[in-house]
Amino acid sequence: MSTIPSMIGSPIRRREDPRLITGRATYVDDVKMVGTVYAAFVRSPYGHAKVRSVDVSAAKERPGVVAAYAAADLIAAGLNVSIPVAADLPGLKKPAHPPLAIDEVRFVGEPVAVVVANTPYAARDAVEAVAVEYDQLEAAIDLEKAAAGPPYVHEDLGTNVAFVMPVKTGDPEAAFAEADVVVKERIVNQRLIPCPMEPRSMLAHWDTGAAHLTLWTSTQIPHLLRTNLALLLGLGEIKVRVIAPEVGGGFGAKLNLYGEEIVVSWLSTQLGRPVKYIETRSENFAAMTHGRDQIQYIEVGAKKDGTITGLRMKIFANLGAYHQLLTPGIPTFTPLMSPGCYKLTGFDCEVTGVFTNTMATDAYRGAGRPEATFMIERAIDLVALELGLDPVDVRRKNFIGSGEFPFTTITGLTYDSGNYAASLDKALELVDYKGLRAKQEELRKQGRYLGIGFSTYVEVCGMGPSAAMPAPGWDSAQVRVEPTGSVTVMTGISPHGQGEETTFAQIVSAELGVPIDSVSVIHGDTDKVQYGVGTFGSRGTAVGGAALKLAIDSIQAKAVKIAAHQWEANPDDVEYKDGKITVKGDPSKSMTTAEVGFTAFRGVGLPPGLEPGLDATRRFEPPNFVYPFGAHVCVVEVDADTGEAKIVRYIAVDDCGRVINPLIVDGQIHGGLAQGIAQALYEEAVYDENGQLVSGTFMDYAMPRAHQLLAFETDRTTTPSPVNPLGVKGVGEAGTIGSTPAVVNAVMDALAPFGVKNIDMPLRPEKLWKAMHANSNGKVNE
Amino acid sequence: METVNIEVNGRSYSNEVEPRLLLVHYLRDTLGLTGTHVGCDTSSCGACTVLLDGISVKSCTVFAAQAGGHAVTTIEGIGNSGALHPMQEAFWAKHGLQCGFCTPGMIVSCIDLLRRNPDPSDAEIRAGIEGNLCRCTGYENIVRAVRAAAAAMKADEPRRSVAELLPVGAS
Repeated sequence: MSTIPSMIGSPIRRREDPRLITGRATYVDDVKMVGTVYAAFVRSPYGHAKVRSVDVSAAKERPGVVAAYAAADLIAAGLNVSIPVAADLPGLKKPAHPPLAIDEVRFVGEPVAVVVANTPYAARDAVEAVAVEYDQLEAAIDLEKAAAGPPYVHEDLGTNVAFVMPVKTGDPEAAFAEADVVVKERIVNQRLIPCPMEPRSMLAHWDTGAAHLTLWTSTQIPHLLRTNLALLLGLGEIKVRVIAPEVGGGFGAKLNLYGEEIVVSWLSTQLGRPVKYIETRSENFAAMTHGRDQIQYIEVGAKKDGTITGLRMKIFANLGAYHQLLTPGIPTFTPLMSPGCYKLTGFDCEVTGVFTNTMATDAYRGAGRPEATFMIERAIDLVALELGLDPVDVRRKNFIGSGEFPFTTITGLTYDSGNYAASLDKALELVDYKGLRAKQEELRKQGRYLGIGFSTYVEVCGMGPSAAMPAPGWDSAQVRVEPTGSVTVMTGISPHGQGEETTFAQIVSAELGVPIDSVSVIHGDTDKVQYGVGTFGSRGTAVGGAALKLAIDSIQAKAVKIAAHQWEANPDDVEYKDGKITVKGDPSKSMTTAEVGFTAFRGVGLPPGLEPGLDATRRFEPPNFVYPFGAHVCVVEVDADTGEAKIVRYIAVDDCGRVINPLIVDGQIHGGLAQGIAQALYEEAVYDENGQLVSGTFMDYAMPRAHQLLAFETDRTTTPSPVNPLGVKGVGEAGTIGSTPAVVNAVMDALAPFGVKNIDMPLRPEKLWKAMHANSNGKVNE
Repeated sequence: METVNIEVNGRSYSNEVEPRLLLVHYLRDTLGLTGTHVGCDTSSCGACTVLLDGISVKSCTVFAAQAGGHAVTTIEGIGNSGALHPMQEAFWAKHGLQCGFCTPGMIVSCIDLLRRNPDPSDAEIRAGIEGNLCRCTGYENIVRAVRAAAAAMKADEPRRSVAELLPVGAS
């Protein structure tokens, strides 16, 4: 089928923006219902404590308070549930996770009671009146100590180890036997806090007349949330509607079902009134899922010429105190992607998932893959350093060749398509690598420390084949040609900033030849849209867009039949060309989609036996994941006096397959780079030894501001994916996955004259300054 | 309770408010102007930025009562779909937003930045918006938008409507 070329690949302004730039968009907190009451949660101030008693009686006496509940009250009223975990592993320990803690709290911010009042202010006041008696317990905070022994987060388990997953493939013994050198390192991938700008927000409305619940919530997965919520509340699924209205960012942290969503929904059924809960930023820091948090012991075997032979890893993954929806599944991505874009002959890894008295970790932009990419890209540089080789050459030496796709990796994944050398070549050219190395040499003589860092990443996304996912991996689209020729698209994905209202309209416009302004893309409402899986894992266009393409194909096939009948032509001689239906070789015969759509609506003049109407609902089951890749180059200068690492240039050459809208693709890369750079230089979630979250506000958690980042230089190569009919890969997470190691490699390169090989992230000035001013004994010269 | 008289987006309001009511909640909940958002509780994120007598303030750090006798401009008063402010148009054209949650506050801050410095360098733009956090864009396209808006405002280009701009499509 041909397309209107100008629509695909055009930097079309986003259709969703007019409402957003004028302040007329509707986020959850902007939904107002008469009679709404407001919930506020009482949360644990301790990382680990026995709850001796919870007394809500004084809170109930406060002015404006409607109700107050402790866990026992919920259970007595029939809500005795555990927050679900969808990811499963052999032997996985799954401790109960009640939405309100019953007799023990296991992380700071864990809810212990809820109050409901007529105003948010009154609810917040009433929280102060709930009396909770705690007996503080020793907290398990340090990841490796927690893995080794007590104190236990869940005493009854007798261990903090939730699972151990071995992955051994190829012949690691032989691989290491043929290695000339073995490089060992302990790599820390610190805990991060996702920080979408809109905190978790929810409004539940139990319609007592219809016995029907509507939950507006800031989520990435409205349908999955609806199914789970219905099961937890014992309601028929048809009695629950979930609406994700405008959603102010998610980054994986809204790919979940939170206890607060269960409790607020339940409260509305009990009180018969709309119940709203908008968390504070402090609550968001403490009680929305965190990301990353792994310690990896690695051994890399390499030959003198830079050929990587084998990889051994022992990974400790911090799960937090409880499982959220995908918690134990996230670190299992790490070994799978650890080989990166390189060929190895031996791989031996063990992942240990560990409970600690901290907030649960779960998906955060990249979700298990940044941890792999950071490790392997740092490892390549460490090998290069050990062997005295250029890190660029070591990468080239080990690349999977462009002619080797589809390529099955040592960990069993099949990379769909790629050309790693091409993106690296382009990046090197953009940065003038030779000239930069010369400049580095010259500056070093002046006591200035320039560093050049690379990352040639590949990532797995377009989640994913259903058989390889903890939930369905397909997605859906319905396309309806309306009687007037407008086109309505119902998509099962749930965008929250990714711009599919625009890109999907571009696809429809190109394929069906309708003006883009005649296309409406609807999402995020389970009563409007057929079942869909949602937006995460860079799957929106690769899976949801592919489903849209299938639906368009169905529409075109039907339109061709109708047009052929009208012209008394053979349907085989009729085709869609440049958005119009024509007879091959006879340009005088032409119909628009709108014309055929009206005929189909009117129901007159249709081929015998063909149903009226021009619409289609299709689902795309991905036969494989997609594997975007790219080459990033970071140039930093580290100030010897202050230790501050300043990024001078950042070049990102990314390949996400076919591009629908370059404006949006670049935007996704920019945001991804910012988050990846932030991990390298700024952000770190810190708990003290008692489990107190020290980095619990924007004043303490160093999410970057504009002056801490720079103008990114982006470019791309285009290697279409054979996995879906659009040829697209994902782009939401690529920037984050690729950038962190490029920055750290650049800083380590800058510090090479000081004999520095590895410093744990974030690379704060004080750490770098100390490394630059340490004497041969490792002591700092003050 | 006390009475406040506030001018918001050119209209006069008089309301009884709790002394502790924050300006942002007054705007959002009393007046229903929900374009101003709340993104934090430490005056760090800037999502709630509005103009108070033409100067940007974080409305989560101002009591409604303090704003009595003053004029407030929210994103709704900056421009609308019939006549976009050049800054709004520039954010749209340059893809200076993704999820849109920080956007109203960001646009208001950027307008105040150009009031103080009509022709800022990129570094001055970045320093000028450091009170506003954005998690989606990496700020790159916001900087481009401010540059474009500065040029448009310098050229005193007329305000355009969403309807005028939509069919053009490409940025």
